[in-house]
Amino acid sequence: MPIISTSKLTKRYGQLAAVSNLTLSIEEGEIFGLLGPNGAGKTTTLSMLATLRSPTSGSAKVNGYDISKQRNEVRQSIGMVFQGTSTDDLLTARENLEIHAMLYSVPSDIRKKRIDELLALVELTDRANDLVKHFSGGMKQRLQIVRGLLHHPRVLFLDEPTLGLDPQTRAHVWKYIERVAKEEKITVILTTHYMEEAESLCNRIAIIDHGKIAVLDTPTNLKKKVGSDMVKFVSNNADAKKIKSLKFVRKIEQKGDSYLIKLDEVSKNLASLLKSAGNVSSVEVRPVNLSDVFIHYTGHEMRDEEEGGGWQGWER
Amino acid sequence: MSFFEGAYAIWLRELKTYVREKERIISGLISPLIWLLGFGFGLGSSVSVSGTRYDQFIFPGILTMTVLFASMFYGIYILWDRKQDYLKAVLVAPISRSALFTGKLIGGVSEAMVEAVLLLIIGYFLGFQPTLAGAILALLVLTLISVCMTALGLLVGAKLSTPEGFQLVISILIWPLFIFSGALFPLSNLPSWLSLLTQLNPLTYGVDAVRGALIGQAAFPLYIDIAALLVFAAAVIYAGILSFGDLQQEK
Ligand SMILES: Nc1ncnc2c1ncn2[C@@H]1O[C@H](COP(=O)(O)OP(=O)(O)OP(=O)(O)O)[C@@H](O)[C@H]1O
Ligand SMILES: [Mg+2]
Repeated sequence: MPIISTSKLTKRYGQLAAVSNLTLSIEEGEIFGLLGPNGAGKTTTLSMLATLRSPTSGSAKVNGYDISKQRNEVRQSIGMVFQGTSTDDLLTARENLEIHAMLYSVPSDIRKKRIDELLALVELTDRANDLVKHFSGGMKQRLQIVRGLLHHPRVLFLDEPTLGLDPQTRAHVWKYIERVAKEEKITVILTTHYMEEAESLCNRIAIIDHGKIAVLDTPTNLKKKVGSDMVKFVSNNADAKKIKSLKFVRKIEQKGDSYLIKLDEVSKNLASLLKSAGNVSSVEVRPVNLSDVFIHYTGHEMRDEEEGGGWQGWER
Repeated sequence: MSFFEGAYAIWLRELKTYVREKERIISGLISPLIWLLGFGFGLGSSVSVSGTRYDQFIFPGILTMTVLFASMFYGIYILWDRKQDYLKAVLVAPISRSALFTGKLIGGVSEAMVEAVLLLIIGYFLGFQPTLAGAILALLVLTLISVCMTALGLLVGAKLSTPEGFQLVISILIWPLFIFSGALFPLSNLPSWLSLLTQLNPLTYGVDAVRGALIGQAAFPLYIDIAALLVFAAAVIYAGILSFGDLQQEK
């Protein structure tokens, strides 16, 4: 049985359909990504699943409980990390966790042990008694993530967990999310508008645009459906015929000594390709990425990307 | 039980935040002291009402005013919490809206009562010296007043979405409540329209009971004062709990 299933879940604000007929199911243990630009409906979707907003129509179940009729059971089953920080600045890290443990009725005899364990998990043990207002953005985010885990939820919702963090801190937070998902054995649903975040963390991704799912699949399959990887190399004695005959090569273009090869699964096939490439003086590789997938399925580029994400590549 | 634990958690959080924001404690005392010094002592040397020096007469009124302001403005912290997103993290927890409301209510009442006790102590050194029994009774009545007014402030805070809107609504409520409560003047010999206004004002009964306790001058019997406050408290608490339901789930 899926841990989350939605059926035609819809949220309207006046004329605007923030989320429109969303039907999907998420299996236990997945790290599932909702990828979409600003205003796509990601937060609205999570808020409905977390029972913070009521759907206009449609229904959903989380951990077997109906989000409209069994709100308390749903709430007990989930942890939620909001977009933006929602930690309490005037409390220490430990106090933040203690108060939340009470709100979730975590029995007082295991409370301390659980808090210590989680603080250690995100390496905040030595800052446990500092006021959160002195924390950096990354530290607050880590605290928020474990705060959502205190009561052993089955599902953890993360709304843009790395928004506004620098690339290094972001990678750091990813590491913690992966660690938490593995050690706590929970299902994680995260939203993001960073392509590489979805790509590196998620088993499956739903690309969502204007409140609708444009496509849903594993990152590998999404990329496969959209097109091929590319390799560019310069060589003065490449064997173009031989290259063409390789079964993973889809297309070859030549301009003087420069070759542009479109192929499948570059990570696996690059070595055999280069065997036929003669004296190669330079190579550039550009794997298909989710950005291509996004453009393919929505017909437009993702707005609002950050520069230097490492995914922008050559134009196709 | 999770109702008490939830309410206790919310209250604990409020209290820790309060003691770490020293400005919050001090700022609540400044305007009452100015009122007392200016109005009370300014007029007190030459004016007396019903045979009592004016400064002695309005001290109970100023005390009530301190509690009124501290209690009502406490509702604005809901809006700060919401702005900081802190509130969302609480709202998504599986606690009932009544536990949430109760925790906040007790938090607000605690803060207002800290102010009231501080002012009573300062007042003692300024020459306002009630009996111990009178002071204790006054504090009990002030607690009940604070319950009413905190609940009202929370109700307004839950219904409005901007701090500016909150300030506006609270000002519209708080000044008539204060001015037409008999905090500044005795209730006898008022023009009939003003007399009616004061009798409709729940705070009138609060001021009356506090004044009765501190200087023995009450217009109504104590049980009437208490009954009026209880009825008002029940009504605003009920409305407040309902409004917290909307907070927990947006339509
Ligand atoms: N309370 C509301 N009232 C009216 N419109 C709303 C409300 N909340 C969201 N919307 C609209 O619904 C749409 C989806 O918003 P949502 O916050 O879910 O987007 P998002 O994908 O989370 O975007 P972001 O990446 O900016 O967080 C937007 O067009 C937004 O303006
Ligand atoms: Mg969002």
